[in-house]
Parts: sequence; structure tokens; C-alpha cells
Amino acid sequence: MSDLAMPPASSEIPPVQTLRPTTRQRATAARTLATVRRRRAVNVVMVGLLVLSAILTTLPLVLILGHLLKSGFSSLNWAFFTQLPKPVGETGGGMANAIVGTLILVGLGSLIGLPIGVGAGLYLVERSGTKLATTVRFLADVLNGLPSIVLAIFAWNLLVRSVGHFSALAGGVALGAMMVPMVTRTTEEMVRLVPAALREAALALGYSRARTSLTIVLRTATAGIVTGALVAIARVAGETAPLLFTAFGNQFASTALDRPIAALPLQIYTYAVSPYDDWHAQAWAGALVLIVLVLAISLLARAATRSRFDARGGE
Amino acid sequence: MTEPAIAPAESTSGRGPGGAGPASTSLGGSSTADRIYNGVITLFALCVPLLLLGLFFEVGAAGWPALKKFGVGFLFSSNWDPVREQFGVAPAIVGTLATSIVALIIATPLALGVAIYIAEFAPTWLRTPIAFLVDLLAAIPSVVYGLWGIFVLVPIMRSTVMPFLRDTLHLGATPFFAGPAYGPSVLTAGVILAIMALPYISSVSREVLLAVPRTQREAALALGATRWEAIQGAVLPYARTGIIGGIILGLGRALGETMAVTMVIGNRHDLSASLFAPGYSIASLIANEFTEASGDLHLSALMAAGFVLFVITLIVNAIARWLVWQMAGGQRSVA
Repeated sequence: MSDLAMPPASSEIPPVQTLRPTTRQRATAARTLATVRRRRAVNVVMVGLLVLSAILTTLPLVLILGHLLKSGFSSLNWAFFTQLPKPVGETGGGMANAIVGTLILVGLGSLIGLPIGVGAGLYLVERSGTKLATTVRFLADVLNGLPSIVLAIFAWNLLVRSVGHFSALAGGVALGAMMVPMVTRTTEEMVRLVPAALREAALALGYSRARTSLTIVLRTATAGIVTGALVAIARVAGETAPLLFTAFGNQFASTALDRPIAALPLQIYTYAVSPYDDWHAQAWAGALVLIVLVLAISLLARAATRSRFDARGGE
Repeated sequence: MTEPAIAPAESTSGRGPGGAGPASTSLGGSSTADRIYNGVITLFALCVPLLLLGLFFEVGAAGWPALKKFGVGFLFSSNWDPVREQFGVAPAIVGTLATSIVALIIATPLALGVAIYIAEFAPTWLRTPIAFLVDLLAAIPSVVYGLWGIFVLVPIMRSTVMPFLRDTLHLGATPFFAGPAYGPSVLTAGVILAIMALPYISSVSREVLLAVPRTQREAALALGATRWEAIQGAVLPYARTGIIGGIILGLGRALGETMAVTMVIGNRHDLSASLFAPGYSIASLIANEFTEASGDLHLSALMAAGFVLFVITLIVNAIARWLVWQMAGGQRSVA
């Protein structure tokens, strides 16, 4: 083997030492060097573009939040949280009714969306691999991407057309329908993270399957499920489209579920497209309150996940 | 002998009705509590397909009178006249597609760029903050985007961006960038949508890129590739399916986005080739006219438009999910 691969005889080395590169070899070397330089340059340019895109992507966020803070804070005052909207022409007033309305609507949505979502998510893990589970998982993903305005049409047909007037209930149903697929998928992911050994231990101790699921598995996954629920709540809290012709909005304080109800995003929309400067200022203040609410819920969700991962890492 | 070894394995799989053997009747999956529990979670799971079916049939049925009256013309006519009860949604469909395409053209390179940067280049301490900031874009409510659009973006577009595109770059010669710069326009809506679709495309791409095996990169680098060449030649092709899925997912978001578009698109029922002209999207059409609909046929036409949007996004989302699933192996959800 080795004597075949290696050229014999050290006698053939001297001619190599005296050899000068031919012009063709020089040209090839120059070309190779040029190629390497070009490839390095392309590399540098592309990495530069990647960094640029990272900067450009975070730019709109900074611009939006910056403007929101500037315009929002200047028109935010205590009255905003305690007073009702004033009619056109009168300055001052607030969005107290809209803040309460948003809380009611999100509460209603959670009441509908959370149990169904968590139950369906549990099913996806317990019956993982069955045809229904695969179908439900796929359809939940598809539902997640549907325009929220379509849900508004659905809730309108279901609950407004038959009754003849807009209602908080219809708005809550629209938001709840939005939450179902989101919560389903996050619950599934979180329950899946529960170690099989825990479940097996409970079953081996003689727990029934239902009791194992509810007291062992669900309890272990609670932090994760709460995170998923909070993320879903944060998302629907800022939604306007599903409420346009279900909850409809209300200039007065109303907490009745069968009547139109005010909501923060709706109020922001109405004020933003109005021609009055005073209302524009109120819209900015409302947007600031809304985004603080949404971000606070999102951060809470993140905190819940982090503590869970820390606990897992400590084990 | 084999019985005790098999039983736990079966119970964890969550299947095997009746358990394994006589000893398991009191422990296995057939007690009353278990049956109730199974029934309840099955019922909840059934809510998901029922919801989708309910949406489909109810919105379809509500739009049926208009669809029946105008037939295919509903999709291709640009005549929207509530007074004479003539309805065609061609301008809204074109507006929906145009805004979404503009959004994708702007958002895709940026989203991919930031995803690649996070997955491949960013120092570890910078990764989480940048990913967090990008994801934060998805948390901003669409009405806030709209508000910012009306008072900040529209003036910038009118005074700077549109004149720059039309006059400085001489794109005004093409029909796409011709005409007066009002501010509210298909282009402005596209820009807002780009910002909104960005986090979705970016987070899916990032997940997919992080799922590419290390060996794929290392092999390319070992062959002497530069880092960009390794990404271009070894990483991106591997992640292609998932990235395309992410882009289509972003498209689905852009197609159905309502509030921000309604606030900056200008809301006009005209078919124009120029991106500078005000337009309409299906979602903004519904949002604007639903509560002021003049009659049953007008209402039905709006819901038929909603049904068209529903079907378009349904198809787009199904394709996107399928592509992402192909990549991720069917269990994980991304975004």
C-alpha cells in the first residue's frame, strides 16, 4: 500500500527545488487570491447587511414606543382613569368606562376561551397520535391565523342579529373564540413538558387516569399553562376588529352584558379617526394605557415561564 | 413474567382501552371517573373543529344572498354602489393582495436578516434582547399601529418617502408610483403591514434556523467556506421549507389585518395601478361599512366579502402550517 502511494527515491527532489512557477501557474495563483478576496468581501458585506437589518427591524419599535410615550404622557392625567368621555367641544374627560369595559370583555372571553382551550390542549396530549388529535392540532393552528374580523361576523350573526342590538356578550364570545386555538396549543406544549415518570409514578400508586391528569400532570404544568393563558389574554385585550360590531362601544358607563359596552381599543379607534385635536390627544393617552396593560401582561407571562424553567434547571 | 413490564408502558401511551389483563381493571382506563374525564376533554377538543365549521357555514350562509345574486361577477366587478344595490369586491381584493405583497417585499429580507443574525452571528448576550425586541413588535395592538400610522407615518410618507420614490428615483414614470402623494395609500398600508408581519416571519425563521443541525454548518466551514457561504450554501437550503412556511404565515397575518390598514389605506372603491392611490382591503371594507350597511343585500355583500377573505386566509394558512410542520416534524408549533 504505502510504497504504491508514495513516490520512491529521494533522488527526484532536487529538480523540484530549482523549479520556478510558470506564467500559467502565476496566473492561477493570482486568480485564486482574487477569488478569496472577493469571497471575503462578500462575507463582510453580507454580515454588514445582517447587522443593518437587525438595526432596521428594531427601529420601528423604538419610533412607535418613543412617540407613544411622548404624546401619551402629555395628555394622560388622573381624570383619564376616573371620568367618562366628554361630548365634542368640551375638553377633559376620560376613558374610565372603556377601561372597565375592556376588563369585562377580556374576562368574558377568558371565561369562554380558557376552559375550552385547556381541555382541548389536554386532549391533544392524552390522545396524542389519534386521528382526531392530529386534526384538532392542525385546525387550531389554522384557526390561529384567521382574520379576527371574520370572528366578529360570526359573533354578530350568532348573537347580535337574532337579538337586534349589540351586546357585551357578543364581544366576549368573539374574543373567547379567538383565545380557544391559542390556549389549546400552548396548553398542549406545556403539558407535554411534564416528565412521563411523574405520570407513571401516579398510575403505579393506583391513581385513576383522570386523577393523575388533573392532580399531577395539570398541576405540574400550571405555570406554563398560566403563561399561555396570559399571552392569549394580552393578545385579545388589544383587539379592536372583533369588537367593532359586537361590543360596538358606548359613550356612557355600562356594565350590562346584554347592552353595547365600551372598550379601550374601540375608543382609541373612534378618537383617532375623528377630526378633533382634543380627541386625538385622548387617543394617544388611551394607546399608552392599552400598551402598558398589554406589555405588563406579556411580561408577567414571561416571568411565569422563567421561574418555571429556573425550577426545572435547579432539579 | 412479561405482564408487569408491559403494563406501565401502555398506560403512559395514553391508549390501550381496558388496560392489560384482569389485574388492571381497578387501575386502568375504564373507571367511571376516567370515562367522564375522557368525555369532557373530547368534548372540548371537538369545539375546535366545530368552531371552524361554524365559522365557515355561518359566514358563508350569511353571504350567500349576495354571492347568489352577483355570481362570479362579485369577485371581478369593481362597481360598489349601495344605493343601486350593485356590489363587486374586485378593488378590495386587489387592495388586499397589493398591500400584502408590498408588506412581504419589505418585511421578508429584513425578517430573514434579523433571524439569521440572531441564529448565527449575534453574541450570546445580545441574542435574547434582540429576539425580545423583535417579538415585542407582535405584542403592539393593531389599533396602536394605526394611530401611529395616521399621525406619524402618513405625514412622513406624504412629505418625504413618496416624493423621493416618484421624483428623486424617477419611479413616477412607471404606473406603480405615479400620481399625487396624498399620504393614505396602498403603499402606506403596505409599510405598516410590513412592520406588523415582520415578527411572525422572523420568529418562525429563527426557530427553523436554530433547528438546523450544527454539523451542517461545520461541514461547510471545514471545506473552507466563509461564514456567509456556509449560511447560503448549507444552512438556508436546509431551512428553506420552514422559512417559506414562515413567510406564508406572515402573508396570512397581512391579508387579514384590519384596524391598522383601515386607518391608513384611504378607503376608496377605486381600482388603480398606482400604489400612491388610496384603496380598500376586504377587512377594512367590512370594518368601515358593516355598522352603516344600508340594507340586507349590502350587509350580505359585506359578509360575502368576509367569506372570500376567510377562504383566502384558510388556504394560505393551511399551506403555511403544512410547510412548517414538514420542517418541524409535526409536533411543535412555531409562532
